[in-house]
Amino acid sequence: MIRARHLPFLATVLIFVLAYALCVLQFPNMLSFRVLGNLLTDNAFLGIAAVGMTFVILSGGIDLSMGSVIAFTSVLVAVLVRAGVHPALAFALALMVSTGFGALMGLTIHALKMPAFVVTLAGMFLARGAAFLLSTDSVPISHDFIKLLKGLFIRLPDKGKLSFLAILMLLAFVIGVILAHRTRFGANVYAIGGSEQSAELMGVPLRKTMVQLYAFSGFMAGLAGLAYTLYTSAGYSLATVGVELDAIAAVVVGGTLLTGGSGLVLGTLFGVLIQGLIQTYIVFDGTLSSWWTKIVIGLLLFAFIVLQRLILLVSERRAAIRSAAGG
Amino acid sequence: MTRLRQLYPQLLALGVVLLLIGLISPGFFSVTVQNGRLYGSLIDVGVRVAPVALLAVGMTLVIATKGIDLSVGAVMAITGAIAATLVADGHPVPVVLLVALSLGLVCGLWNGVLVAFLDIQPIIATLILMVAGRGIAQLITGGVILTFNDPAFSFLGSGAVMGVPTPILIWLAMGLVVGLLVRRTALGLLIEAVGINRRASMLVGVRARFLILATYAISGLCAAMAGMIVTADIHGADANNAGLWLELDAILAVVIGGTSLAGGRFSITASLIGALIIQSLNTGILISGWPPEFNLIVKAVVIVAILTLQSPAVAEELGVLRDLLRRKGAKP
Amino acid sequence: MTENALLQAQGIEKSFFGVKVLDGVDFSLRGGEIHALLGENGAGKSTLVKILTGAYRRDAGVMRLAGREVEPRSVAEAQDLGIGTVYQEVNLLDNLTVAENVYLGRQPRRAGLVDRRRMRADARDLLARYGVKADPDETLAHYPVAVRQIIAIARAVDLSGKVLFLDEPTASLDAREVQALFDVLRQLRAQGLGIVIITHFLDQVYQIADRVTVLRNGRMVGSRALSDLPRRDLVAMMLGRELAEVTAHRDPGAVLSDSPAAFSFKDYGKRGAIAPFDLDIRAGEVVGIAGLLGSGRTETARLLFGIDRPDSGEARVDGATVTLHSPQDAIARGFGMCPEERKSDGIIGDLSVRQNILLALQASRGWSRPIARREADALAERYIKALDIRPPDPNRPIKFLSGGNQQKVILARWLATDPRLLILDEPTRGIDIGAHAEIITLIEKLREDGMALVVISSEIEELVTFSTRVIVLSDRHHVRELRGAEITAEAIVEAMAVPGDAA
Repeated sequence: MIRARHLPFLATVLIFVLAYALCVLQFPNMLSFRVLGNLLTDNAFLGIAAVGMTFVILSGGIDLSMGSVIAFTSVLVAVLVRAGVHPALAFALALMVSTGFGALMGLTIHALKMPAFVVTLAGMFLARGAAFLLSTDSVPISHDFIKLLKGLFIRLPDKGKLSFLAILMLLAFVIGVILAHRTRFGANVYAIGGSEQSAELMGVPLRKTMVQLYAFSGFMAGLAGLAYTLYTSAGYSLATVGVELDAIAAVVVGGTLLTGGSGLVLGTLFGVLIQGLIQTYIVFDGTLSSWWTKIVIGLLLFAFIVLQRLILLVSERRAAIRSAAGG
Repeated sequence: MTRLRQLYPQLLALGVVLLLIGLISPGFFSVTVQNGRLYGSLIDVGVRVAPVALLAVGMTLVIATKGIDLSVGAVMAITGAIAATLVADGHPVPVVLLVALSLGLVCGLWNGVLVAFLDIQPIIATLILMVAGRGIAQLITGGVILTFNDPAFSFLGSGAVMGVPTPILIWLAMGLVVGLLVRRTALGLLIEAVGINRRASMLVGVRARFLILATYAISGLCAAMAGMIVTADIHGADANNAGLWLELDAILAVVIGGTSLAGGRFSITASLIGALIIQSLNTGILISGWPPEFNLIVKAVVIVAILTLQSPAVAEELGVLRDLLRRKGAKP
Repeated sequence: MTENALLQAQGIEKSFFGVKVLDGVDFSLRGGEIHALLGENGAGKSTLVKILTGAYRRDAGVMRLAGREVEPRSVAEAQDLGIGTVYQEVNLLDNLTVAENVYLGRQPRRAGLVDRRRMRADARDLLARYGVKADPDETLAHYPVAVRQIIAIARAVDLSGKVLFLDEPTASLDAREVQALFDVLRQLRAQGLGIVIITHFLDQVYQIADRVTVLRNGRMVGSRALSDLPRRDLVAMMLGRELAEVTAHRDPGAVLSDSPAAFSFKDYGKRGAIAPFDLDIRAGEVVGIAGLLGSGRTETARLLFGIDRPDSGEARVDGATVTLHSPQDAIARGFGMCPEERKSDGIIGDLSVRQNILLALQASRGWSRPIARREADALAERYIKALDIRPPDPNRPIKFLSGGNQQKVILARWLATDPRLLILDEPTRGIDIGAHAEIITLIEKLREDGMALVVISSEIEELVTFSTRVIVLSDRHHVRELRGAEITAEAIVEAMAVPGDAA
């Protein structure tokens, strides 16, 4: 049964399929596992970050610190590895730091009763500043362990590869879907997104959930940072500026309501893929500039925001008519 | 105007920041005259603050309506790009000004229509232009960094009138004009009413949609002005970096100025002081010889400190304290 | 009465910002009874409920559940103890599914993960016992308020199982839905639950409750069995005196003039809100509007004031056809309206009393013609004095005033525009008795001064007092018009019981 709340998600999937079909009509080569595999690999760090962002937005919040935290973890890992720490240990440390940082932001948002927007803005400055303090230059990484990870892949038909990064991202989405729909934490996040006040009256532990939520978002940002480090084999404090915007765009284009409370984690995957598809198309075309990506994403954002307004208006009107009819 | 007392916290903060910088680098307060123009670190603060100060003027009004305008940085890039293109093509300055300001106005109206008439949350509505804006700017410049050499237009960024650098005059004038516009008319009161309780305001006949539209339009105009100053200053347009993250600085300036993100009472003067505080910190860190990397960390610390002081949770605690002190002799 | 008490509280005290809200309140609830908690607004009912359900901490006093001393520190803790609550407005989450709402925070789990299939089945079974057939997978927003209310009760009872608090559960239900709700409550009472119900409707109290506890000004007035408590005595307990004189008799000045109608609405209506009606309003008369919640009374006011657009009929002012498609249109014709929800639709909380008073006048003049400070001061001073607004400080933010004084400021706001027609939606709701009487006197005075008024009120005695005519609404139809001597409380109640389509 198709329910109204799933309409944005279905629209996203439909747009992706249609857009992909149009691309293939023009460039038949785009229909290959190689292109699909690259699509996943190239957008892995964005996808992982977007999983965290989905939860934050579902709760009615926002995390502006994501791009900075990604940069920070990548620089931290690079600096640690340069200093002789084993990458695995460096990864663990970086994830601990980013998770702790997120938890701290969640605690601040709850304790100070301030909008997430402002608190994570401070977090954005702080993380970027900390990355600068570690190193202002790009720090290259070369280590056998990193090479090993980069070399891992699952072979797909016709020279396609499902790389370690792509697997990592898909895994992040699996975890996200399970967390959202099969755990109490996920239900609590949706509840807070619906109404913080009602959620509290219904016994949702606000403080715990907020801390867990932003810790999760910090963890995913950290994981995205690791993915980015693997992807570029370097840590650079000026990198991934504005990734939080791409992540937000992916979440909204994926059908999640920016005001919170409604949306699907899986939708975000398609939001990310649509962004990647546009970039791939531009590469295939060869004459278009990359800034068209931003304009198209902006247009899609606009379309989805208006679509959700319309759905809301229609369902409100229906509810009004239902209750007018005497329930 | 007459409410100097309400500016005490911001003035005090600015004073402390300036004093600290003065202690670290004693030359900070010295102002000299060279070639008939004022020079000195203090003057530099006034010049550098211009973009954020201009944005803060418009942002104050937007935030007072319970809104937010994330697109101002991107609008700066767009208007800067169009201005640079026109100047490079040899159009006279008045035409450039007119076109760029109109474009800023259009951007503001676009945001305003989404917020006021389609009832889209401001943070979401302005995100669209924030994301797409830089793409549009690059569309205008053709993806390259446009440069030009036009002394008449550059005057906006690096000229001086009676020794005072033009950017300072521009942001002061904009602050004054908008300040007078809202306080000498009923605009300010009506904007505050809409920000505090839009439903109730509409029920007494306040044209809330029109007012909200107007604030975003003013914000767009301010952003256009800021975009042109930056373009004039660097003699070119960089669609990628012009105004990058300045929307956040402008929001910060407004928050430091004491206007609540929940809308309502506002003060443009206080926001301008907020902008000055931010710029003084930037300049102070620069001339104190600290690495500029500290800038962001200091900013983060400032946000956290201000947040803590302004947070409803802390305010409640302080209120209880105040009440306890007041209760002596007063009947409950 | 102590030994068989299920929930007992003694000497409860609570202060906010140094103001004592509850002062030594005792409360005792037995298992298997429905207990009404009554009191005027500000009596301390909701504070008491919040303390007993763990939302607030008490300053002093003892609380026992089944004889054992308890100290719930949160709503969740109270639930674990067996005390559940259903709030009037914010009870469930519209964006979650029915099943998720019922089991939020206690979802059945298998292998650490939420067992959605079992949750759906359990929710279906549970709701079936309450006679609700709802799709557990549909979002709650899909269902009408009455169904949500019962789902909320089902959740609360399932969660706590001993004591159930209901805060104004019937406020937005129609008569049929109220009966369905009461059936559920009787069923729960038979199961031995202790139920506390807060309501303003005395009829419903007598219909459903076994005992009643009355609070006034943060103190307990008494706790009595309803079977030997005449209605008059109950009202006296609530008011703290015999029925107020002001509501006892009809004002002799409330007679219909034969001047032509200044405001005339013909076949005016909006589908889904209010059926088309005819209404003539003359200068110098008060048209009272009576009807239960949901009868279309507020919808009538919204239509008259241009908040909603009509889809049929026409409006005339002084004989000329006018369009009323926005409050601005209505205000331009000399209309004014005090809305029912004072907090959300009336006051501008952070603005001062003066700014609140001059806002409507300023809005009608337009932003470019500001009211000079001197004029504003004079205006504020005049109305603060005329309406006895307290404290008489024009600079105080209105949010710090009491409900009655806020209402006076909103009245002043419209009087400042010198309106010809004033629409008052529940002007005396939720305000203290003193301000109540003053507002009724003011309505009568405005009528004598030649203003036209439309007053919606759920207090029938009040309508009898000041109305020159009373329009009775039922099921979104204007069913009856009463004039002159016809206007009695009995006649109004009788007309309210008429089904809407029988008019």
